[in-house]
Amino acid sequence: MSALLEVRNLKVGYGKIIAVKDVSITVNQGEIVTLIGSNGAGKSTTLRTISGLLKPKSGEIFFEGNRIDGKEGHDVVKLGICQSPEGRRIFPRMTVSENLDLGAFLRNDKDGVEADRERVLELFPRLRERINQRAGTMSGGEQQMLAVSRALMGAPKLLMLDEPSMGLAPVLVDMIFETITKIRDQGITILLIEQNAAAALDVADRAYVLESGTVKISGKASDLAKDDAVTKAYLGG
Amino acid sequence: MARSSQRKWVTGYLIAVAAIFIIYQFLFPWEGLPIGIYDFLQLWLPPTAVNESLVYVICALGLNIVVGYAGLLDLGYVAFWAIGGYCAGWFMSEFFYQINLHFFGSVARTAPGIHVNFWGVLLIGGLVCAFFGILIGGPTLRLKSDYLAIVTLGFGEIIPQVFFNGDDIAGFNLSNGTKGITILDPIPVGAKNIGPFDFGYKFIIFVLLAALMVFISLRLRKGKLGRAWLAIREDELAASMMGVPLMQTKLSAYAVGAFAGGLGGVAFATHVDGVYAERFNFSISIFLLAMVVLGGMGNVWGVIIGALLLSWINSTGLPAFGTTFNDKFGTSINFPSFTFLLFGLVLILMMLYKREGLIPESRLRLILHEGDAEEDLTSKESK
Ligand SMILES: Nc1ncnc2c1ncn2[C@@H]1O[C@H](COP(=O)(O)OP(=O)(O)OP(=O)(O)O)[C@@H](O)[C@H]1O
Ligand SMILES: [Mg+2]
Repeated sequence: MSALLEVRNLKVGYGKIIAVKDVSITVNQGEIVTLIGSNGAGKSTTLRTISGLLKPKSGEIFFEGNRIDGKEGHDVVKLGICQSPEGRRIFPRMTVSENLDLGAFLRNDKDGVEADRERVLELFPRLRERINQRAGTMSGGEQQMLAVSRALMGAPKLLMLDEPSMGLAPVLVDMIFETITKIRDQGITILLIEQNAAAALDVADRAYVLESGTVKISGKASDLAKDDAVTKAYLGG
Repeated sequence: MARSSQRKWVTGYLIAVAAIFIIYQFLFPWEGLPIGIYDFLQLWLPPTAVNESLVYVICALGLNIVVGYAGLLDLGYVAFWAIGGYCAGWFMSEFFYQINLHFFGSVARTAPGIHVNFWGVLLIGGLVCAFFGILIGGPTLRLKSDYLAIVTLGFGEIIPQVFFNGDDIAGFNLSNGTKGITILDPIPVGAKNIGPFDFGYKFIIFVLLAALMVFISLRLRKGKLGRAWLAIREDELAASMMGVPLMQTKLSAYAVGAFAGGLGGVAFATHVDGVYAERFNFSISIFLLAMVVLGGMGNVWGVIIGALLLSWINSTGLPAFGTTFNDKFGTSINFPSFTFLLFGLVLILMMLYKREGLIPESRLRLILHEGDAEEDLTSKESK
């Protein structure tokens, strides 16, 4: 199995605060890998560093065998790493349609973009109904669907989702996780950050548990779901 | 829908242009008009005011790209206006009498100084300003927007000061200091030369420059760059997550905006037939900002109206109203001194009650969007 993404001994900080001390993770082609952990564990920081928005203090990041730490954010997108960020960050004053267009900002294959647009609207029919609505006026769940769709419009090889289930009603949470599986089945590799550890471990192939900036436990998702330490800390068991 | 609305604006402006040209080029100078109308126009809409307002239109459209499209607050736009003006001063007059350089100029070859063709100077002025835009933007555009505003404010103060004191830079006379540079070459159009008092033809030239800026604005707005600007205006971080190269995109907004400032500067110099450092003050930057805000940030048609309106109030409306008022009531109130009070008020009221401007861009965007939808439909049908 070939590693699509490999993060080695990552250390990242904000000024003097070290948010990520030592994180090594691997995401293989076609997998769903989840990164779970409590608030402030450093999950989003890890993701921001992979996507080039933060520079690591030390450590290396490889994508398809090439080193990518130190690249600018837009260059990382160009390589095929797209994300639905923490807090969604959709463009509120633009319409749903315009948001999707921006997701495909770097692409020049008009037909491909059109096909992907069709594909995400199949995935989230609700968005089709709201296609000309201002994104900021949609419900939280719809905005989350848009954030995921927008990331998909970039035709990613690796899709990174930061807490896609945050603040959603249980029905919608199920729906989002179902969709995540569907996306993987369409051939897109996924790195999933979640607070909702139970649901994340349910859909993921492998998992990493982050605690205060370091990887505490890692392994097959199904094993971790049974692991005592994990269930106690994160599954309320 | 989109097309027809655009067309309405364009037709409206074209009719106004034709009417004004006919009046000022053919009727006005001959006093072929009834004396009442002549006096009325002279008081309420003199040709100089019309042409000056067009210079403001050109610059406001440029600033609109920076502030309205890309959301970068620039408080020193007057610097580009000044640099453009001095380009005209340097390359279209006898100022550098030590040199004798002619490039399709409009004066006799024996005349000393640098005499580049007006159209060439426009290009030079635009490009020099774009260069300065990139120069100042490079290190500052990484800053948060409040800091950017302060740096541009400083730039807008420094550049005119340099020209103001630039008559002896280590012995070199760059700007002729307070005396300014005057008597510019006429504008060559075919075999004809357009001098400082040829209002009608100059009017047409300024209209063409403004139209060029409209064209550039609309084209860029519809394209990839325009989309990137709007995305940055909405959410910079999210834009970069979509693959928008932040620095490059912001710099290009700056460069295009500065280019327009250069065009406006050259145009203004030919309008007043000279460049004077004291005219390039901070108030112009604020003035232009008010025009963009009033017109509706990002909306080209609205910004044009904002520019025409505010420029007219400043140059003509308020003084003329003052004269009329004082005559009628025997008072001696100095109305023009209230200009900035009025503009300050306009800015505050706009921010409080009509933040999107008189003609909000949102409506335009919806219109534009329907246009896109049409295209989508047709492209689907053709499959
Ligand atoms: N911009 C910032 N400046 C300073 N410190 C930050 C910044 N962003 C995050 N931190 C700190 O870094 C640590 C890790 O934050 P991070 O956002 O990565 O956590 P997380 O695992 O995503 O948590 P959550 O599940 O709550 O989103 C936290 O202690 C946080 O306070
Ligand atoms: Mg987080």
